[in-house]
Amino acid sequence: MLIYERNSLVDEIVDLTVEYGKERSALLPILQTLQLRHKCISDFAQQEVARQLSIHPVEVYSVISFYTFLHPESQGRNIVRLCQTISCDLAGKCYLVKAIERELGIKFGQTTKDKRIKLEFTNCLGMCDQGPAMVINERVFTKVTPERAVAILNEVK
Amino acid sequence: METMQIEKTSRKGIVLFSEYVAGSAIRKAVKIGREEVLFELRDSKLKGRGGAGFPTSTKWMITAAASAPKKYIVCNADEGEPGTFKDRVLMMEHPEIVFDGMVIAGYTIGAKTGILYLRGEYYYMLEFLENHLSGMREKNLLGKNIIAKEGFDFDIQIRLGSGAYVCGEETALIESLEGHRGEPRNRPPYPVNTGFMGCPTVVNNVETLASVPHIIMKSGKWFSEYGTDKSTGSKLFSVSGDCENPGVYELPWGMTITEVLDIVGAKNTKAVQVGGASGICLSHAQFNRKLSYEDASTGGSIIVFNESRDILHILQNFMEFFVEESCGQCTPCRIGNVKLLEGVKKLRNGNYTFAEIRNLRELGQTMQVASKCGLGQSSPNAFLSILDNFSAEVFQYTSSDKHNGVNNE
Repeated sequence: MLIYERNSLVDEIVDLTVEYGKERSALLPILQTLQLRHKCISDFAQQEVARQLSIHPVEVYSVISFYTFLHPESQGRNIVRLCQTISCDLAGKCYLVKAIERELGIKFGQTTKDKRIKLEFTNCLGMCDQGPAMVINERVFTKVTPERAVAILNEVK
Repeated sequence: METMQIEKTSRKGIVLFSEYVAGSAIRKAVKIGREEVLFELRDSKLKGRGGAGFPTSTKWMITAAASAPKKYIVCNADEGEPGTFKDRVLMMEHPEIVFDGMVIAGYTIGAKTGILYLRGEYYYMLEFLENHLSGMREKNLLGKNIIAKEGFDFDIQIRLGSGAYVCGEETALIESLEGHRGEPRNRPPYPVNTGFMGCPTVVNNVETLASVPHIIMKSGKWFSEYGTDKSTGSKLFSVSGDCENPGVYELPWGMTITEVLDIVGAKNTKAVQVGGASGICLSHAQFNRKLSYEDASTGGSIIVFNESRDILHILQNFMEFFVEESCGQCTPCRIGNVKLLEGVKKLRNGNYTFAEIRNLRELGQTMQVASKCGLGQSSPNAFLSILDNFSAEVFQYTSSDKHNGVNNE
């Protein structure tokens, strides 16, 4: 990591501690914001957050490893999460899986070679009445058909 | 790019979807005073809508009586139970009753801060809810000296989850708010005594808080006239699966499953999962059971399966869910769910002995008593109820019976 990148990351984390405070309870909002902006929370960022909040870096890592949406390494520019829970499963999740895997040439759990898309399963998205549901980054798509899923994924940059 | 169809139907219902003017219940609560609010709540016999069914008035009274410099109201919007989406509908369509309920709770127990714990999957709601909160601050329904009442300060902040189902458990939720791994605590002490930051904390479901403004406006007695003796008022049921009209329905407690199936237009129903993945699976013979805390209890989730569905496929889906979502803190839940999943796979292969099944049943019962939190205590429910209610199908299962029956995983 270049020195000016490090410095800007430190500045960013300091700004976040000003916004959310330096208590332990500020940890999750800070990590969530970093995840949202950088798509991952790097080792350096973890150490800096720990230093700012006066806790051990392992504490930060233990929190990151617990929550599904926080990642220490970048998973890809866009994370596509398909709901695998029963209502979406009944609504035809398996057809979506086949169509998406065919189109991108990767399996669920993998990332495309150009790091454009990471495919993941997720548990209930709370869209059971409009399944199958899919989330791309933070946007929710409901009543997705195989054809539409592929069209949406092609639009993702 | 069209993302999702948000239904903007004007719902009509007996309690939660009845008419309400934003802010009116806050004014009335301040006018009648704290004690009267608690009495109305006691008369209403309102119970927690998240599924556990603890009397709300008791929770509030303990916290109100506690003498502590700081108290908190936490609204549990970490709706992760498979098949539940009522909180999403409530917050998107009627944020005013949810937030007014929080303000009334704050006034009653003497809290200055309310926290809405929104699940990470509902990130798209954040802006809408924040805008609503700003609107309330402008109208002096939040902030300092609310509705010009001296010393009535209350504000609400929204905190996000990050995709952990177990954080819907109240002590895990508090751990998460404090910046820790979302692992449940031992109870007691309960959050009403030692909650967020060690202060007395009321954790209520979105729907529970949304019921409060209506109870204040129309009295607890009015509320208790709906439903059954022990389950008063109405409930939002999130119906999904094999039916013509899935969605959220507000119905009084005590309706039978057959009645609900009629309303949602379900045909050829084989099974109904009541209470989500942690609930029970009922067969045709039990469709006369009543939806209520004392009979078939649910946090709102009702999933309908028709005759074409493979019951073991469904069970495997549920068990995979629990294996993934168990926090791993206590052994019965961490290991037990994996063993149950292995058992389901064996059942699907037809490669089991009845001795093994008997052991798994005992394991399930052990998990129900030995797990630390509600997740592990309720995760064997689906397994045990399907073994009981669908034994014919489960034990005569051969791969040639079902086109999707062969387990290739």
